[in-house]
Amino acid sequence: MRLIYTGIAILLVSVAVFAAEGDHDSLRGNVPLLEERTPEPLYEVENNDLRRIRAYPMQPPTIPHKIDNYQVDLNANRCMTCHSRRRVAESQAPMVSVTHYMDRDGNFLAELSPRRYFCSQCHVPQTTAPTQVGNTFQDIDEIIREQRQRGQ
Amino acid sequence: MFKKAIRIIKDFWATFSTPSKYFSLGFLTVGGFIGGVLFWGGFNTALEATNTETFCISCHEMRDNVYQEIQPTIHFTNRSGVRATCPDCHVPHDWTDKIARKMQASKEVWGTIFGTINTREKFFEHRLEMATREWRRFEANDSLECRNCHDEGAMDFTRQSARAAAAHERGLIEGDATCITCHKGIAHELPDMAGVEGWH
Ligand code: HEC
Ligand code: HEC
Ligand code: HEC
Ligand code: HEC
Ligand code: HEC
Repeated sequence: MRLIYTGIAILLVSVAVFAAEGDHDSLRGNVPLLEERTPEPLYEVENNDLRRIRAYPMQPPTIPHKIDNYQVDLNANRCMTCHSRRRVAESQAPMVSVTHYMDRDGNFLAELSPRRYFCSQCHVPQTTAPTQVGNTFQDIDEIIREQRQRGQ
Repeated sequence: MFKKAIRIIKDFWATFSTPSKYFSLGFLTVGGFIGGVLFWGGFNTALEATNTETFCISCHEMRDNVYQEIQPTIHFTNRSGVRATCPDCHVPHDWTDKIARKMQASKEVWGTIFGTINTREKFFEHRLEMATREWRRFEANDSLECRNCHDEGAMDFTRQSARAAAAHERGLIEGDATCITCHKGIAHELPDMAGVEGWH
């Protein structure tokens, strides 16, 4: 008996999956599995040196310049040749903020904190690619304004 | 046996050092000239043959390390299809300097024979030392090899990114930096930079 129920359940699930096949996976763009999709063009990396807005104060700012072939590994950290405390006079780049010199207990270190060494874990350059999915993020200021208008 | 060898040499020297009985001075002059040209041409051809990327990467030390690393960089892959090859950056154009660099390079042939850097690990061990030598050379000649292609006077700063233009303005025009001061690692991966000025 139990075997029959399981069988029916599997059948139903697979029917549901087949039925949904028309509209899944936005990355593959609904191309049948056995066909190759024409790839998107490579979009250009933003390199206009204009800082973008931060969506909230704790957001790691996006990188306003290209970082092609910038080496960040055990041997060298190219980012820090411009963004470290000692280098900003020469490079005129913004210094990594003080949080980058703090360990997780909030102690200040003399050197870049190891957990902040690999910059592109948090900071990324932007491209001109159209967004794949919509975004309903609302800036905190907007939410506050709406609430004021509604409530009060 | 030994005496015989000496006699052959003596005979040869006798022939070689007596004035010619059969050929005119004119023939000898022209012949010498042509011989000279042939020798010179041959020498330079041989020199040029060692001055190609194919020659540089014919030894596996270069092919497996630096040649792999240069491929994703701007001087190997770019939209305009102009490539910088190994000798463009590493061998001076000026003849005397070129010969001087080639004499140094014969030491590198020893290196290959005795396997100084014949594994990736050994290559890493020597990398800082080799890189430092190149940086020093570029510092000393004001990055001449870069400037063979990139003429500072011909660079239109207004067409560069703001970050590049500002840096060039400060470093090249107002300051006394040279290309390699800021563009280390332009064609290869860097060695351990812990002790290098500006990198720690
Ligand atoms: C040659 C110097 C240089 C190097 C190398 C460099 N930057 Fe920058 N960076 C700058 C400058 C100058 C700015 C200021 C805006 C501009 O001019 O692009 C900047 C801006 C930024 C910003 C924006 C800060 C903000 O407040 O919006 C981030 C983030 C950043 N860089 C991250 C990086 C990372 C990550 C790397 C390494 C992958 C890197 N940078 C390498 C010079 C550099
Ligand atoms: C764990 C995530 C993380 C890593 C890794 C990280 N950052 Fe940040 N970074 C942040 C956050 C979050 C902020 C914004 C809040 C702050 O200042 O702490 C920030 C801010 C910055 C700023 C702007 C500072 C300012 O005062 O405007 C710069 C520049 C920057 N980071 C550069 C770097 C560089 C260069 C590296 C690599 C050496 C790096 N960051 C690694 C999270 C990170
Ligand atoms: C054989 C000529 C040649 C030599 C020698 C040469 N370059 Fe280049 N370089 C080029 C060309 C061509 C480009 C541009 C490719 C493109 O953008 O299409 C380029 C691009 C660059 C860029 C731009 C990188 C980017 O991301 O846009 C830098 C920086 C650079 N070279 C620095 C150097 C330095 C430093 C040296 C000396 C060590 C050097 N070059 C030697 C031909 C050369
Ligand atoms: C003071 C430091 C400094 C010096 C000296 C310097 N550069 Fe640059 N250069 C930069 C920075 C910073 C950038 C932009 C970031 C990058 O490409 O990594 C740049 C970018 C470039 C570019 C790409 C231009 C663009 O719009 O992106 C070329 C080409 C270049 N440099 C060539 C040279 C040559 C050739 C020399 C020597 C005559 C030289 N640089 C000397 C700092 C310098
Ligand atoms: C655009 C210029 C350029 C080109 C092209 C170039 N090099 Fe280099 N090379 C350099 C510079 C600059 C250094 C000094 C170290 C550094 O900054 O990476 C260097 C260093 C080296 C070193 C010392 C070890 C190291 O990696 O630091 C070797 C070996 C070397 N190059 C071999 C080659 C070979 C082989 C080729 C051809 C496949 C080549 N290079 C092409 C510029 C260039």
